[in-house]
Formats: sequence, structure tokens, C-alpha cells
Amino acid sequence: MTSDFLLFFFLAAFAVTTAVLMVIQRNPVMSAIYLIANFFAIATLYLMLQAQLLAILQILVYAGAIMVLVIFVIMLLNLQDEKALSERVNIRMVVGVMLAFAFLLEMGYLFVGMNLEGAVPAVRPGAEAIGTVEGMGAAMFGRFLLPFEVTSLLLLAAILGAVILAKKRIDNVVT
Amino acid sequence: MVYQLVIVAVFLPLAGFLVNGLLGRKLNNETLSGILGSATVGVGFLIACILFAAMLGAPPEERSHIVPFFPWINAGALTSGFSYQVDQLSIVMMLIVTGVGFLIHVYSIGYMHGDRGFWRFFAYLNLFIFAMLNLIMADNFLLLFLGWEGVGLCSYLLIGFWYDRKFDKGTTGDAAKKAFVVNRIGDFGFLIGMFLIVVTFGSLTFESVFAQASAMQVGTPVIMWTTLALFLGATGKSAQIPLFVWLPDAMAGPTPVSALIHAATMVTAGVYMVARCSVLFALAPTTMLVVAAVGACTAIFAASIGLAQNDIKKVLAYSTVSQLGYMFLGLGVGAFAAGIFHVLTHAFFKALLFLGSGAVIHAMHEEQDIRKMGGLKEHLPTTYKTFLIGAIAIAGIPPLAGFFSKDEILWRTFSGGYWPLWLIGVTGAGLTAFYMFRLVTLTFDGTPRWDTGKHPHEAPRTMTVPLIVLAALSVIGGFVGVPSSLGGGNAIEHWLEPVFERAHEKMLLTDHGSVEVEYLLMAVSVAIAAAGVYFGRLFYLRRKDVPARVVHSAPGFYKLLVNKYYVDEAYEAAIVTPTVQGSERLLWKGLDVGVIDWTVNALARLFGWISQTVRVVQTGVTESYVFVFLLGVVAILGWLLFR
Amino acid sequence: MSIPLPYVLGLSAILFAIGVTGVLTRRNAIVVFMCIELMLNAVNLSLIAFAASMADITGQALVFFAMAVAAAEAAVGLAIVIALFRNRQTINIEEINILKW
Repeated sequence: MTSDFLLFFFLAAFAVTTAVLMVIQRNPVMSAIYLIANFFAIATLYLMLQAQLLAILQILVYAGAIMVLVIFVIMLLNLQDEKALSERVNIRMVVGVMLAFAFLLEMGYLFVGMNLEGAVPAVRPGAEAIGTVEGMGAAMFGRFLLPFEVTSLLLLAAILGAVILAKKRIDNVVT
Repeated sequence: MVYQLVIVAVFLPLAGFLVNGLLGRKLNNETLSGILGSATVGVGFLIACILFAAMLGAPPEERSHIVPFFPWINAGALTSGFSYQVDQLSIVMMLIVTGVGFLIHVYSIGYMHGDRGFWRFFAYLNLFIFAMLNLIMADNFLLLFLGWEGVGLCSYLLIGFWYDRKFDKGTTGDAAKKAFVVNRIGDFGFLIGMFLIVVTFGSLTFESVFAQASAMQVGTPVIMWTTLALFLGATGKSAQIPLFVWLPDAMAGPTPVSALIHAATMVTAGVYMVARCSVLFALAPTTMLVVAAVGACTAIFAASIGLAQNDIKKVLAYSTVSQLGYMFLGLGVGAFAAGIFHVLTHAFFKALLFLGSGAVIHAMHEEQDIRKMGGLKEHLPTTYKTFLIGAIAIAGIPPLAGFFSKDEILWRTFSGGYWPLWLIGVTGAGLTAFYMFRLVTLTFDGTPRWDTGKHPHEAPRTMTVPLIVLAALSVIGGFVGVPSSLGGGNAIEHWLEPVFERAHEKMLLTDHGSVEVEYLLMAVSVAIAAAGVYFGRLFYLRRKDVPARVVHSAPGFYKLLVNKYYVDEAYEAAIVTPTVQGSERLLWKGLDVGVIDWTVNALARLFGWISQTVRVVQTGVTESYVFVFLLGVVAILGWLLFR
Repeated sequence: MSIPLPYVLGLSAILFAIGVTGVLTRRNAIVVFMCIELMLNAVNLSLIAFAASMADITGQALVFFAMAVAAAEAAVGLAIVIALFRNRQTINIEEINILKW
């Protein structure tokens, strides 16, 4: 086992554990914390997969901006803990979880019979430098220029939408 | 070619119908509508005269012409067009229809004066003439049938012309419906006949059918059924047993309608049709016997009913049924030309009698019961004289028209060997004379029996002139058919001979009998007719006690006659009521409402139920929607992986 | 790195399934939102794995845009949650069912 494998399995276990913990937690703030930990693990994985810029962006945007926003909202709304799962379980949940498990099994089916030793490596040898800033920059301002510019419009729309939706009514008619 | 004019003659009344029908109400001018309506038929008559003259000038082989107008149906073997056959038979009918029709149109100008539906009347009359001309001039069965139905429609429209009036036990509308429905039953027979003709001969054109028929054997079964079916149609249109019941009810319409349609023209359509198909009937001796028997029985049956009727128009209606019976008797024994001859003379005197009765009714302010008339001959001299001439003609007194035609039929019946039918016919002739003169005497002679306050006056000129013309025709009309035994050339028989040639070839013409027997029979007919005239006058003028005593001695029989042998009631119970009840209970409530409506409603309810059941999916809870997504994803993945 | 590609994809699938379970199970709207973010991340991971194994930048560009969209979505979604809380005083998604039939 090489060090790569060890590191990968450690990160994988960490990611899965924090994800499970996030889902189980009753306190929403704790859920958010665990999710942030999960994001860190995934960012490290990105680094291993030669996506340097995206790893940093993951931390900056996801963990840094989005999760902070989420925690702000949780604090703002002063949410209470949820009730225990055992009190509110219903048939839909049970069947839903079973379906998720079935989904996993279907994915597993794909792996059965696969020759794992001869599989394609995650990183093609000789492709170490694709995810650098220079590489991404070249792509963004080259091939993906139009989507790049359109994304700015998208963000504008999101800003406007968020401002209007969350605004308090001035005339106090409908709150 | 001058024969093309026939198209003008046929379609001009249609134009008259359209103008009067669409613009008549707006124009609101009686003179204009009346003259327009009469002119279209008058021009038709002129054209008929021109064509007749042309045909007279041509040799007999060249007298028949086909004038095509436009193609109509062209469906493989079945082709039928608006094309007309101008030959000896159709020109005779055309002269009758347009000539008598024209006189009746002129009469109507006076009779319908002041009626608020004046323009509608003339529109309908013109439409009728159009349909009738199509009927008689057609060169194929389908166009004839078009005219056949068209005259049925116009009969309905005109019988119910005064649609807001009562009549007998119902309304004029009921009478019109009865006429139409009974005719329809006959038309069913006609259609069956046409189907059989198409199947047997592969064509509907007269020329083609009759040429093929000439090559067939006498007694072929399919021809017998065909002719029986066609004859059923004829009994409907020409009011023979069993479908005569509509004609007396048809008297609900205005008198000119009765004169034109129910005396002179429409009811003779059946006679014309049988005469036209003479070769087919000649191939089926059984049918000919049926025709003759039905004709004779109808003749005496209707005459007996006419003895006891008290409405002036009803008497004439039953008289018409009776005379039509004579025509069919003539056709049935093979005397086709004699039957057509009687059509001609009957048109003259029956139209005359109806128009005269119209003048009487008009003078008596719509009174039609002859028991309330009497002594009118001083007040209505012209009407009286013309009516009397008509009555003498129908009674069969020589030398007026009725004698020659009726006698020819009776002679041919006897000499053909059908002496039982001859006996029936002669008896009927006697009854005819009797009831006609009962009518004349009760109406015009004797002391007045009408309520004071009525001032009968003679009719205006537009009404009396046609009466005079028809009276003249009734006098001289018979001379076209003077038989050879009396020194005449029997012009009409020879004129029509080429048309009936094929039929005569097929018939076994029995020995014509000697001239002496003919004179004897003639004398018998005249004697019986004269007796009828004499007793008719006697019992209702001087010896008025006799009828009362006869009625008293046989009250049951008299009641039977007055109530027309209860035929209407019998039909009502046996046919009409079961049909109506069956339709209402079974077909309407059972099938239509119960099955069809229920099915449609059930379908609607089904969709409602489906919607109610399916809408539960919309719970509004987001998670259930996510659940469904997941379910879909797993299912599709599963299908992709495991197929 | 010589980790076989299927391992990374398997990890991605497991994270995705966990996210789905969270969406179905939790009642709090914001926690549901976070689980959706987890699902998005799982997919991003698999995209980057493919980009690396095929030495094509397209996968990473897609992730770039996915992140941008996720950010926008987070902003708007949370604004909706706030508005919803103001109206209904609850963000329990089982109780918000006005779109019921």
C-alpha cells in the first residue's frame, strides 16, 4: 500500500463519517460544523486529484461563504433542536432510506466484476499540471469565456432575488 | 333542337318558386305574385304545345327524344342524370299538368285573395309544378323518384297551408303529416322496386331497363316482386287500397290544392308510373291481376263511402279515389292507353268539380256541409252550370268526356275476360252517378237550408273563367278517344301505341270480342248511369223521405258508411299506436336514454372519479416529491443496468 | 497518484446516498438545504476525478460553474427560508403544505 492509498482512505473515511454525523445531529449548528469538516476533507481530495485552484475555491466559497451564511440564518431564526428521529419516523422515510440503499447497491453492481488492478488511475500519468491557476485561467478566458461571463449575470440575479425576498415589507401589510 | 325547350319548361316554375318564396313577403303584392306564379306555368304550357306540334309533324318513329340537361350521379354502374324524355306519353302528361295547372293558378288568384300567405301559396304551387314535371318528364327512375318525393313534400306543405286551423278531430298539420307518412310507406315499396331493378338490369334509365326487359320471359319471379313493390308505391301516391286514407284528410288544404294535387296531377303519378313501366308489368301477369283487382275494389269501396258523406269536398275526395281505381283497373287488364285516357278526362272534370266546390264554399263563407246548402243555382248561375257539366261528365253520360274513357276501360275489362271485375266496375259507375247527383241536388237545387245572414254571390272572373274552360274541355275532351266501334279513330290509343308496344308484345291479347257485345255493354253503362242520375235527383229533391227510410232500415250499415268503414280507426289501433308506443317506451326511454345517454354520462363520471383518485398525489409536502424523484432515479438506473 | 478511478467514484456515490437520506429524513428546512449541498459536492468530486483521469480541463471548469451556481442558489434559498419563517413561524417542511390539492 502506498502512501497515496493510505491518505485516500483516511480522507474518505473522514468525509463519510462527518457526512453521517451531519445527517444524524439534532442541533442544526452542529450539523453545519460537521459539514464544514466534510468540505475540508473534500478539498484535500481535490488537491490529490490535481485541482489546486478548485480546492482553494472550495474552502473559500463553500466553507467560507456559504456555510457562514447558513450559520447566520440559523442564528437569525433562532431554531430549536429537532425532535428525535424515533418520534417522527413514518413509512415514507423508511422506504426512502431503503431506496437510497438500493441506489447504492445499484452503484455497487457496477463495481462487481471489475478488474480493480487494471483500472484507470485517477490521475493520468503526465497530467499533473491541469488544475493549476494558469491552466484554469487559460480555460476560463479561452474556451469557457461565454459561460464565465453569463455566470456574472446569474450572480446578479441571485443578489437581486435574495435582497427582495428577504426584505421586510415596508407597508407591513403581509408579514 | 326545339325539344331543348323542355328544360325551360321544367325549371321555370323553380325560378318562380324562388322568386315568390324569397321575395314574396317583401314585395307584398298579390297581383305580382299571382301573375308571376301563373306565368311560369303558362309558359310551360305553351312550350308543351310547341313540343306537341313538333311531334305531330314528325313521323311516329321520330317522336321520342331524350334531352339531357346535366349529369347528376355517376357512381360506377349507377348513373343518373337530370335528363328528360319527351315522348308520346310524357307529352300528354305534360299538357295536362301545365294546362290544368295554369287554369288552377289563375283560379287561385281569386280564391286566395286576401290571404296573408298569398305569396307562400304560389311559391309552393310552383315548386309542386317543378317536381311534377320532373316526375313525368324524367328518363330514369331516380329522377322520377326525385319528383315523386318532391310532390309528396309539396302536398304536405300545401295541405298544412293554413297551419293554424283545426280540421276534423285534429289540426291541418295532422292531416298533412298523415299524407306524408302514408306516402312514405308507399315510397318504401317504390325504393324496393328500384333496388330490384338496379340489381336485375344494372341501370335505372328507362330505355336501358325496358330494352332489356323486352328480352325476358313472361312470369319471371324477380319481375313480379319488382312490379308488386312498385305498385305498392303507386297505391301510396294514388290513394288505392290499402294506402288511400290520406286523401280525404288532404281536404284540409285550400280547394285549389285539392283540385290540382289531389285530383288532376299528383295522384295520377302512380298511374303514370305503372303505364311507363308497362313492359315490366306485362311480364308479370300476377301483378297485373293484383292491380286490376285492387283498382276495381277501391273503385266500389270508395264510391260506397261517398254515398254517405256530407262534406262537399269529402264526397269529391272519395270520388277521386274511386276514379283512380278505374284507372288502375284499366292498366291492370292491359288497357294502358285507356287508363291514361281516363287520367286526361278525369283531370278535366274533377278539377272542374273541385274548383266549382271552391266557388260554392267561398260563396257560403267557408261552409262545407251540404246539408246546410240548397237552392244555390239562382245565386251562382255560372258555377251551377259548370258544376252540372262536370257531374254529367263523371257520371259517364255520352257524349261528354267521362263516358268514352270509362267505357273504354269497362269494355276492355269485359273483353279481356275479367267479367267479375266488370260487374264491380259497372256497379261502381252507377254509384258514382248517384252520389254525384245527390251532391248536385243537395247543393244547388231545392229550397235553401242555410242560415239567414249569408249572402251567396257569384265568384269573380278569375275564378269563373277557368271553370268555363274546364267545362268546355269536359265536353269535347272525350273526342280524342272515340272507339272504332262508334266510328272514331281512337286517336289517343294510336298516339300512345309506340310507348306500349313492348308491353303489348308480351301480353296474350285475347280476342277482342265482337262489336255487338261492345254496343250492348255501352248501352248497359249508359242505362246504369242514367238511372243513377235520375234516382240521385229524385231522392233528394222530391222524394226526400226515401233516403231517410233506407237509413232507418239499415242503421248499422249506414253508420259503417258514414264512418268510412272505420278504416282509420283500424289502422290507428293496429299500426299507429303500437309503433308510437314501441318507439316511446323501447327506443326512446329504453335505448336512447337508458343505454346511450347512460354510457356517455358514465364516461364523464369515470373521468371525474379518476381525477378524484389521482389528485391525492399532490400532497404539498416537499419531501414526498423528493421521494418520488428518488424512486424514479432508482427505477431508471435499475432498468438501464439490468435490461 | 495511482488510486484506481472506481474508488473515487464509489466515494462519491456513498456521499450522494448519505445526502439523499438526509433530505428524506430531516424536517428542518435548513438542514435539508445542507444535505443538498453535500449531494452537490459529491457530484463535484466525481467530475474532478474524471477530469484528472482523462487529463481534460472541462470537468474542472464544470465544477467551477457548479460552485458559482451553488453559491447563488444558497443565497436565494436562504432568503426564501427567511421569508417563509416570517410568514409561517416555522420551517418544518412537513407543516408547509399550502400547495396541497
